[in-house]
Amino acid sequence: MSDATKSQSELQDDHGDSPAVRPNPTSTDLPTIALQKPEPEAGAHVSTEEKPPPLPPRPARADSLYQAPIVGPAGLRAPPSTARPRLQATATTAVSRTDIHTHSYQDGSRETYAASKQSSPPPTSWGGWSSIKRLKSQEASDSASIRSYAPTLGTAGDVDSLLVGFSGQEQTSGWNIFNAQLKETGLQHDDVFEEDMVLENFDQEFDEIDALEGEDKTEERLLARWQAKRKHFMILSSAGKPVYNRHGDDNLISGYVGIVQTIISFYEGAQDQLRGFTAGGARFVVMSQGPLYLVAISKLGESDLQLRVQLEALYMQILSTLTLPNLTHLFSHRPSTDLRRPLQGTEPLLSALADSFTRGSPPTLFSALECLRIRKAHREVINDTLLQKRCESLLYGLVVAGGRLVSVVRPRRHSLHPSDLQLIFNMLFEAEGVKAGGGENWIPLCLPSFNKNGYLYMYVSFLDVKEEKDPQQSSQASRHDEIAVLLISANKESFYDLRSMRDAVVEELEQNGSMAIIRTAIRNGRFAATDIVPGTVLHHFVYKSRANVQFVMPSYEPHFTTLLARRRLLSLYHTIHAGAHAKNAHLKVHHCISRSSISLAWITPSFELYCVAGPSASRNALAQSANKVVQWARREEERIFIIGGAVF
Amino acid sequence: MAESAAAATKPSSSVKLVLLGEAAVGKSSLVLRFVNNHFQENKEPTIGAAFLTQKCNLPHRTIKFEIWDTAGQERFASLAPMYYRNAQSALVVYDITKPTSLVKARHWVAELQRQASPGIVIALVGNKSDLSTSADGETASSTDNSKKGSSAASEDEANGGDDAPAVEAEDDGAADSDPRKVSTKEGREYAEEEGLLFFETSAKSGHNVQEVFTAIANAIPETQMKNVKGPGMAGGAQSALGAGNERVNLNGPRADSKDSCAC
Repeated sequence: MSDATKSQSELQDDHGDSPAVRPNPTSTDLPTIALQKPEPEAGAHVSTEEKPPPLPPRPARADSLYQAPIVGPAGLRAPPSTARPRLQATATTAVSRTDIHTHSYQDGSRETYAASKQSSPPPTSWGGWSSIKRLKSQEASDSASIRSYAPTLGTAGDVDSLLVGFSGQEQTSGWNIFNAQLKETGLQHDDVFEEDMVLENFDQEFDEIDALEGEDKTEERLLARWQAKRKHFMILSSAGKPVYNRHGDDNLISGYVGIVQTIISFYEGAQDQLRGFTAGGARFVVMSQGPLYLVAISKLGESDLQLRVQLEALYMQILSTLTLPNLTHLFSHRPSTDLRRPLQGTEPLLSALADSFTRGSPPTLFSALECLRIRKAHREVINDTLLQKRCESLLYGLVVAGGRLVSVVRPRRHSLHPSDLQLIFNMLFEAEGVKAGGGENWIPLCLPSFNKNGYLYMYVSFLDVKEEKDPQQSSQASRHDEIAVLLISANKESFYDLRSMRDAVVEELEQNGSMAIIRTAIRNGRFAATDIVPGTVLHHFVYKSRANVQFVMPSYEPHFTTLLARRRLLSLYHTIHAGAHAKNAHLKVHHCISRSSISLAWITPSFELYCVAGPSASRNALAQSANKVVQWARREEERIFIIGGAVF
Repeated sequence: MAESAAAATKPSSSVKLVLLGEAAVGKSSLVLRFVNNHFQENKEPTIGAAFLTQKCNLPHRTIKFEIWDTAGQERFASLAPMYYRNAQSALVVYDITKPTSLVKARHWVAELQRQASPGIVIALVGNKSDLSTSADGETASSTDNSKKGSSAASEDEANGGDDAPAVEAEDDGAADSDPRKVSTKEGREYAEEEGLLFFETSAKSGHNVQEVFTAIANAIPETQMKNVKGPGMAGGAQSALGAGNERVNLNGPRADSKDSCAC
């Protein structure tokens, strides 16, 4: 909504020129990235020698770095809070400006509405969600979800007639009370409650829309369901052929695909690339990658940058299936190529990615990996086992448990990029294709960040967790709790070599007790926030080590057990992440208060910490806990992160 | 073949088998039925290839199948030689509701005959026979169905979910109410022409699945067993042998093989 108050269909030319926008520009600048390797600009051929060692030594953990941001228990000088978490463009920058820092409340009391005085009210109002809610008429015009309304149309009346197809919720008396209160304080409730509205019936987001059955009545119903989705991803070729869309049958939405293509190519024709616009409460972000257009349509309030990262990941999946030379060849040969055929079988992977973004994916948001927390010595034993049993053709060897990295071995001059690992994890743990087949798998795939020009071959073996004695455990164990051994090679004939290596590794891990350690770590699940800081007010946190490109977070239990609660949490993280990483926002601490939580983003050159507490927690307590989490993370660094991995 | 009829210690040998065929004809489902006796509705496509093993007990020996279940998508086709090289047997699968899949199956058979080990035993399999509503010209499939009531099929059928494939088949656009588009006769005649084993199966109901693998196991000559990992042996009479075995298996000791191959 906040975007709507700005220019709504603007061309965001000022957002930088590089199509491959990285989420954390600073993090890629860091010299020391353990799992990340520099962009293979030179198009390194798979496993050739031309790569210089990309791994400088670990960063010096200078004490000054460690001390600097911590100024005592209440040392986090959180600026006056804003109750408008989603107003990334206006409120966030206002709060973070250094000249406003003097407005800090020394007594630590929460002054919920103070922000509205500081942050200048939006220049234009288009009515916001309150006006949408008033709409009961369903005279659907399809244009609503596509048409962008420029500021010139920005009166409430116009918008009312444009926004249709939104199923409003009956206003409860509780709502009205809040509403009155909020009006008194001059705060528009649409900012506070918007998230709730957006997430209504969130569990239906992933329901399939049936194929079109031809009857008009059905089509209307299906379209209404299609429009009710919070998030869409579309991929089309520059010739306008649909390649992939998350929701809806081709026939159902062909009109929309056409409109999207027309809008994009209109700007393309004017040599003026369209990057994003807002319409109908949804943010449209467009990414042009060679012969493909990727479009994200979201009502979930992510920033453009965050949506772009998601589109990037989808594009990476396509490259992973086809490789760049194949993709460009297909289109240079025949621009009207229907990419669906060569991509056949990839849709489940794309959908798994798209759905994880809709649910909220910490690895994507923070562009980092999560590791299984085990003792350093235990990890070293696993590393050594992999190194010992390594076969000639091995490029990368990984042990993964429940989507978390346990161990990685790699050649000295190659490292693994998190976005590549994310593709692999998505394939193994989100999509069904590999696991459901049982047995072992031999998968040709391209790891685009490693080398987008060629295929690697991945041996995958899921280990039977069910060998455990406790039958209850094993029946509960979802595929998120499974251990997999991944062995990647550049040689497509090396299946049997890698297979015997797997056998040797697993046998050794069983013998030296590592397997039991991994199983225990998985069974125990993630720790609780209260395990780290006893009695903490924190409900959840994410600590990202920028140097290692890894993050650690506690369990979602007990505060975020449902899908909806998780999405809310992730929405909050998206908001404070966007605030902290907004262009020109050189802030260190971003503090945010909303009806349901208070939260904090703390950015330093070496780490990023995002934490969330209940609404009644005091800012002091939040700051104290944040400090404790940082201390803990530094103390346990070698348990929660893989530092460098084992090299050969 | 039956010389080493020692009862107690049956010789055991491994046989490399590769599944080929168009995408979505049910290759993985056949293997899953054979290996786990399990069927999964709306299975996601295989990526790359899956490698599974399963033992099959014959009266005189034990065969350990090393199965390469390949992905049917076009883009994986170039990898196929790596899987069928040195394979002693191949299962070429088509979907009886989809005529184009038989065309693709013919291509695979031709490629195998041209490029694979000369002695490779090929079985042509028409899958999804549960979708057929008529006993299409041949009585084989329907009679087999009634005979085969013992398998774990019933629960799967009770679970319903027949709609998805059925709808897909109707999309092929035909006034014909029977979703079957490839007659048993057509498949059988082609198989006989080329000297292939032939079966119509249903991974969903389990119909004929065990029989296919048993027939293949029987059709592989002992000489090949001894040389498991090595390159395929030259065996000129293989295809004829295969065809002979087919006949034996279809009419003869079906009950026998079912009992013995209780894997």
